[in-house]
Amino acid sequence: MKRNVAIIGGGQTYHAARRHDVDQAEMVNEAVRRALDDAGLTIDEIDLVLLGNMEFFEGMHMTDCWLVHGTGAYGRPGLKITTGGTVGATIVCAGAHHVASGLFDRVLCIGFEKQEEGDTGAILSGVASPLWGRSMAGAAVGYFAMLATSYMAAWGAKEEHSAMVAVKARQNARKNKYAHLKIDLKMEDVMNSKMLAYPIKLHDMCPASNGACAVILADEKTAKKRCKKPVWIRAMDTAHNEQFELDWRDVKTKRPIFSKVSSSRIYKKLGVTKPSEYFDVFEVYEPATWSELLWYEDLGICGPGEGFKLIEKGMTNIDGPIPVNPSGGVLSTNCIGASAMLRVWEAALQIRGDAEEHQVPKDVRRALTTAYGGTNWTVITALSKSLDE
Amino acid sequence: MADRVAVVAVAQTKFAPKRAEVNYAEMAYEVINRVLTDTGLDLDKDIGSKISCSQDIWDGQTISNIGITDVIGGHLHSEEKMPMDGSTAVFYGTVGILSGEYDCALLMAHTKMSQTNRNVVNNVAFDPIYTRMLGLDYTSAAALQAKRYMYKYGITSEQVAKVVIKNLSNAALNPNAHQSGEFSIADILSSPMLASPLHTLDVAPDTDGAVAIILASEKKAKSITDKPVWVKGMGVCYDAHYLGDRDLADCMALERASAQAYRMAKIKNPRKDVDVIELGDEFSYQELLWLEGLGICGRGEAGHLTESGITAMKGKLPVNPSGGLLGGVPANVAGLNRVAEAALQLRGEAGDHQVKNPKTALAQGHSGFCGQHHCVIVLGKE
Repeated sequence: MKRNVAIIGGGQTYHAARRHDVDQAEMVNEAVRRALDDAGLTIDEIDLVLLGNMEFFEGMHMTDCWLVHGTGAYGRPGLKITTGGTVGATIVCAGAHHVASGLFDRVLCIGFEKQEEGDTGAILSGVASPLWGRSMAGAAVGYFAMLATSYMAAWGAKEEHSAMVAVKARQNARKNKYAHLKIDLKMEDVMNSKMLAYPIKLHDMCPASNGACAVILADEKTAKKRCKKPVWIRAMDTAHNEQFELDWRDVKTKRPIFSKVSSSRIYKKLGVTKPSEYFDVFEVYEPATWSELLWYEDLGICGPGEGFKLIEKGMTNIDGPIPVNPSGGVLSTNCIGASAMLRVWEAALQIRGDAEEHQVPKDVRRALTTAYGGTNWTVITALSKSLDE
Repeated sequence: MADRVAVVAVAQTKFAPKRAEVNYAEMAYEVINRVLTDTGLDLDKDIGSKISCSQDIWDGQTISNIGITDVIGGHLHSEEKMPMDGSTAVFYGTVGILSGEYDCALLMAHTKMSQTNRNVVNNVAFDPIYTRMLGLDYTSAAALQAKRYMYKYGITSEQVAKVVIKNLSNAALNPNAHQSGEFSIADILSSPMLASPLHTLDVAPDTDGAVAIILASEKKAKSITDKPVWVKGMGVCYDAHYLGDRDLADCMALERASAQAYRMAKIKNPRKDVDVIELGDEFSYQELLWLEGLGICGRGEAGHLTESGITAMKGKLPVNPSGGLLGGVPANVAGLNRVAEAALQLRGEAGDHQVKNPKTALAQGHSGFCGQHHCVIVLGKE
């Protein structure tokens, strides 16, 4: 990119299953105001507003147009971009491009979802091709069930391993004041929770949350002038698998898969050979417990088939050597359009040392975040504390 | 702009009321295949950024870019969707190239309006709490805007009808258009009333189709084509959502979007500096209102401007020589089609609707009802 881009502020709502006290614009506005306060900017200093959410999840056509009074886009340049669950990170990526282009110095990026106003399961069933897949009404749980059984059959992992991920996520979430599911979860709670689609149980899945996240990006000059703790965006990469890659649930597939393709490209850009040592913290997009285990492997934090051993040994705990999702992750908070942006923002908070109770107990200089959506799509973002990293 | 970005290829499907023989991915493939063949570019190796414009509700699929990921070359690559008017893809594609991240961007807009009912689609663009229940759609909202605009500035029905006469006559020279002909003022004013003062012929018809454009950095552009068309300036802006929060006869968002574009393109007097305009005449009166918002004439003067013949195909400043949206261009595709037509004019490849030797062209697209969001793109030959 032609100009360096920094995150100079951000904010999020308190995430919850019900937000009857606010409409969508008011909810988005909470995150926008927190981001502006955090960056020490007024809305009039914002050059461009970018908004992303799951198109039509709340039965609203063109949310960007409706919400201008909440986003701050009224009378201002702005765009909407959508890429399914990855959209929050896509918006950050788009924001970085706008800043790097030299046309804009301060860009406000917003992701949100108010899931209570729609029916996520029903509308996700509409993802499938109307000719070839719609009648399966698969939605997300069915897909992760196939992924999980494939993982268990291939590597010999047990349901307990996914339960460990669930416990880690919800225990971390208890330290994060903004998280949705702050449950004092134990192994037996997960194992005894309702079976949704074998082996996915209730606590293996993310919740349907309401919430919003906003981050403000700026060019190097503005960042150094206006921000005490800028967090630099070092590299971004996007990869989508197309919809008819039907062996997507086979964890042993030899075909190129979005997560490995994208992470290897970003590692090449940055010269990373050992990601578990290069990055101090990871925030990955795990809508289900099993996908976190697969992220460990696809990101090269461990070898193929070793992900469940990593969680078994507590390596990815908040105080472990390779902390993953100290925020509680998507398993604890999933306001879809915001979820991928929350990964980036949470990683930025870790680098700033501002994650409060869920701050990892070590020096954080570099972080990696992933997004997940569509038919196996991701946007991977690498952040750093200084431009010398 | 220190660096420059060019339109290097353009392709359009024929626009038709119903393309029952193709699904939307197949329609997209038609135009993508054509721009790739024209440029000889490789989808995987040469084109880093892929941007599509459409909307889930029109496509009948959740995250509807899933349906075109393969044909647009998104597999294992970057691919983004803008659920907005197609003109915004040119804005964002240009930004991506200026950022240094990409050399080339493939932009594609598609919509099959025949798949659904536009009134239902348009109605869910209104906020669910206060205005949706009133049954408003784009046409009824546009009727309010037309009434307010005509009342405030004394624009007559005959002046508005002149826009339809001009554009449908231009459309007859455009092989892609599906609605055209020679009409009289009486024909237009006697066509069935949809929402007063808008008659059937005042409203862009339901249309299926797709448009693709390839943008390239200056270095790349010169190796691809000897007729690059440069993006000289661009701007976008939002207005308020609630109709009651706006004076519908004003167009603040368009004024701001065009001011950004003119500043970037170093245009001081658009009336003099622009040679041809392609704008979003989704409803006939909008051509007049947008011309005023673009600063082509003073407020309330666009009616006289049209009557004087300045905006005619052979006039001093031709507007919508392609026939515009009234000739039949799908929702979402509209703005990318405006840019494509403007680029064809500058390349001298507009065929029978070519205007005489234009050097600078302006394209405008809008999203939302009554033009809530505007995008202005200025293109130049040099």
